[in-house]
Amino acid sequence: MKAHKSGSEVKLQGIAVSSGIIIGKAYLVDRSRVKIPYQYLVNQDQIRKEVKRLEDALRITSEQLLTIKDHMPENVKAHSFIIESHLMILKDSMFADSAIQRIMDEKINSEWAVQKSLEEIREIFNQIDDDYIRTRIEDVENVAERVLRNLSGEDYEDLAKIDERVIVVAHDLAPADTTELNLEKVIGFITDGGGRTSHTGIMAQALKLPAVVALETATNLVENGDLLIVDGNTGDVIINPADSTISDYQERQIQQEEYKSSMVKISHFPAETTDGYRIDIKANIEFLEEVESAKEYGGEAIGLYRTEVLYLKSKALPTEEELFEDYRQVAEIIAPNPVTIRTLDTGGDKIAATSIEIDDEMNPALGLRAIRFCLKEPEIFNTQLKSILRASAYGNVQIMFPMISGLQEVLDAKVILEQAKQDLDRKKIAYDHDIKVGIMIEIPSAVSMAEVLANHVDFFSIGTNDLIQYALAIDRINEHVAHMYEPFHPAISRMLQQVIVAARKAGINVGICGEMAGDPLCIPILLGLGFDELSMNARSIPFIKKLIREISMEEARIDFENILRLNTAKEIRGYIVNRMKPLIPELEGKGYFYS
Amino acid sequence: MELIKEFRIVNNLGLHARAAAKIVKLGSQYKSKLFLRKNDQEVDGSSILSILTLSCPKGTEVQARIVGDDSVIFMEALGELIEQKFGEGK
Repeated sequence: MKAHKSGSEVKLQGIAVSSGIIIGKAYLVDRSRVKIPYQYLVNQDQIRKEVKRLEDALRITSEQLLTIKDHMPENVKAHSFIIESHLMILKDSMFADSAIQRIMDEKINSEWAVQKSLEEIREIFNQIDDDYIRTRIEDVENVAERVLRNLSGEDYEDLAKIDERVIVVAHDLAPADTTELNLEKVIGFITDGGGRTSHTGIMAQALKLPAVVALETATNLVENGDLLIVDGNTGDVIINPADSTISDYQERQIQQEEYKSSMVKISHFPAETTDGYRIDIKANIEFLEEVESAKEYGGEAIGLYRTEVLYLKSKALPTEEELFEDYRQVAEIIAPNPVTIRTLDTGGDKIAATSIEIDDEMNPALGLRAIRFCLKEPEIFNTQLKSILRASAYGNVQIMFPMISGLQEVLDAKVILEQAKQDLDRKKIAYDHDIKVGIMIEIPSAVSMAEVLANHVDFFSIGTNDLIQYALAIDRINEHVAHMYEPFHPAISRMLQQVIVAARKAGINVGICGEMAGDPLCIPILLGLGFDELSMNARSIPFIKKLIREISMEEARIDFENILRLNTAKEIRGYIVNRMKPLIPELEGKGYFYS
Repeated sequence: MELIKEFRIVNNLGLHARAAAKIVKLGSQYKSKLFLRKNDQEVDGSSILSILTLSCPKGTEVQARIVGDDSVIFMEALGELIEQKFGEGK
C-alpha cells in the first residue's frame, strides 16, 4: 500500500540542492541498479569473449558520455568538466584496466569484475579524510552504473524523450543524466539518494532546475502522474497536495519569482537604513562548502560557523590537523571579514570515542551538551580551541562558546583557552593573540547575568531559537506545544532589550544568530533594539537587506517603544503585520515569503 | 630525464575532481610520465582516481616527479596550472 492512497497529502523532507518552487506531475524514471549476474568463466575462449564484451561496453559508454558532453545546453557548458571527469574515470587504470585484468585473473564475468573494481575503489575512497573528495565516489558509481547498464543490454530510458512538463522522480540521477533532461519539459527533479555536495546538485543549479535529494523513499511513495510540489529552498516535497496547499505554494511561487529578480541586485548593497545606520549582515553556515554561496547571497562575514559536522561524521574524533584545515579554509575564503567559529554545540551521545558513558538522557536539551560537555572533556575542547587558534593566523577568526548559563562557565572555558594558547606558544605556532572571544546568549540565566558576562567577553550573539525554547518552556519538536513557540512573546523582546543594554554598557558588540535574524517580521524589533549584526541563513540575506534599506532607524525605535507597551504576542504580531504590510505586500495574503 | 619539484596546492577546493581532471588532461599532451607524491605515497598522475585518492585539500604539499623527454615543459605547465588555481577564479 502506498502511504498517500488514503487521499491525504504526504510530506517528505530531503536536502534542497537547487532553489525554486515547482508544482507538477511526477515522472518516475527507472534508475534502479541493474541486476548483476555472477558467473565463472571456464575456458580461455570465454575469457577472450568476456574481455571483448567489457571493452565494447566501455567504448559504448565513452561514446554516450561524449555525445552528452557535445550536446550539453549552453548554460551548463561551464560544468562539462563533470562529464569529462567521468570519461577519465571510465578510462582510468584503476577502473577499466583493473576490471579487464580481473576477468582474466579471476575468471569472472564483466559485471562481476566491474563491481569488484568499484568496491576496491570505494574502499580506498572510504579512507580519505576530506569529506568532499571522499564523496566523489559517487562519480565512480555513476560511471560504473552506466557501464553495467550497457553490459546488460538494457536500454537507458531516454531522458531526452520526456515530452510532458514533469518533475522527474528517480532513485538517483547521475550528473550526466541531469544534463540529458529535456529542459523544455522537465521542470525539476527529486531523488532518493544524493547529498548536499553531489555533482548532480551543481548541475541542477546551473540548469536552474529546482531539486531536492536524499528523500530516501520518494520512488516508493510516488507513482507516475502523481501531483507533486517540490520546494527547492526548504527541501520539502509534498505528494498529492490538498487544494489549499497547492494555492499556498502557487502564491509562494509567484512571490519568489518576483523577489528573485529584485533580490539579486540588492544582495550586494550594504544593509543601511534610510537614515544611514549600517547593520552587519552575516551568514550562518555548517559546511566549508557553503562559504562561497554565503558570499554570493551577500553575506559580509560568517556570523556563525557550526562545527558539529566534523565530529558527527567520523567514527573517531577529528584530529587537530583536520579541524585546523577546515577552519583555516573558511577563514581564508571570507578574509578579511571575520568568521565566528562556535565551539562544539552538541551532546556527548552524538560523539564517538568519549570517555563519558552517557545513557539516553530524559531531556537532552537540558542535558550534558555544548560547553558543559566540553568542560567535562577538556582534552576534546583543548584540541578544538587549538585548531581555531591556529586558523586565526590565516584570517579574521573569532571564538564563540555556546550554552553559557553563567560566569563560571566563561571563566572555566577561558582557562582551557589559555592552556591552548600556551600549548601553541611552546610549539612556536602562530595565532592571533588578540582573538575575540564571545558567548552565545541562549539560556535565560545568561540574560539575567548579561551585565556581568559583558565584562568578561568581547561580544554577545543571541541564539534566539534556544532562548525562546528555554524561556517559554516550549519544545519545538513536541507537536502539541510547537505552535506556542513565539518570537513575539513580550518576554522575548524584554530579554533582548536587557542583553542589549548590558552590551552597550560594557561597550561590546551584540548580534543575533537565531532564526529571528532572518525573519522579515522581526526586523523592526531588531533594528529598534539597535543590534550591531544579524546573522542568518544565507538565503534570507537579500530580502532582509532589502527590508532594512526601506526602514528608518527612527521609525524602528518608535516601533519598539510601541511594542513594549503591548502585552500579548497576538497584539505584537498584529502591530508588526500592520506595520510591515506596505513593505511586504504578501502579508495581505496567506503566508509570507521567508526564504 | 627525471625532474622533481615540490608544489603547494593553493586553490580553495584542493585537488578535487575538476582539478584532478585538468592534471590528467594536461598530462595527455606530453610524452613524459607524471607521478605525484604526498608524504610517502606516490601515485600515477595520469589516473584521475589515483590523484583523488591521494587526498590533497588546500595547503597540501605535493611532490611532482616527471620522467621523460619533455619533462621540462611538462613541469613548467603543471606549475602554472597549480599556481593559477586550476582556473578556479578567486
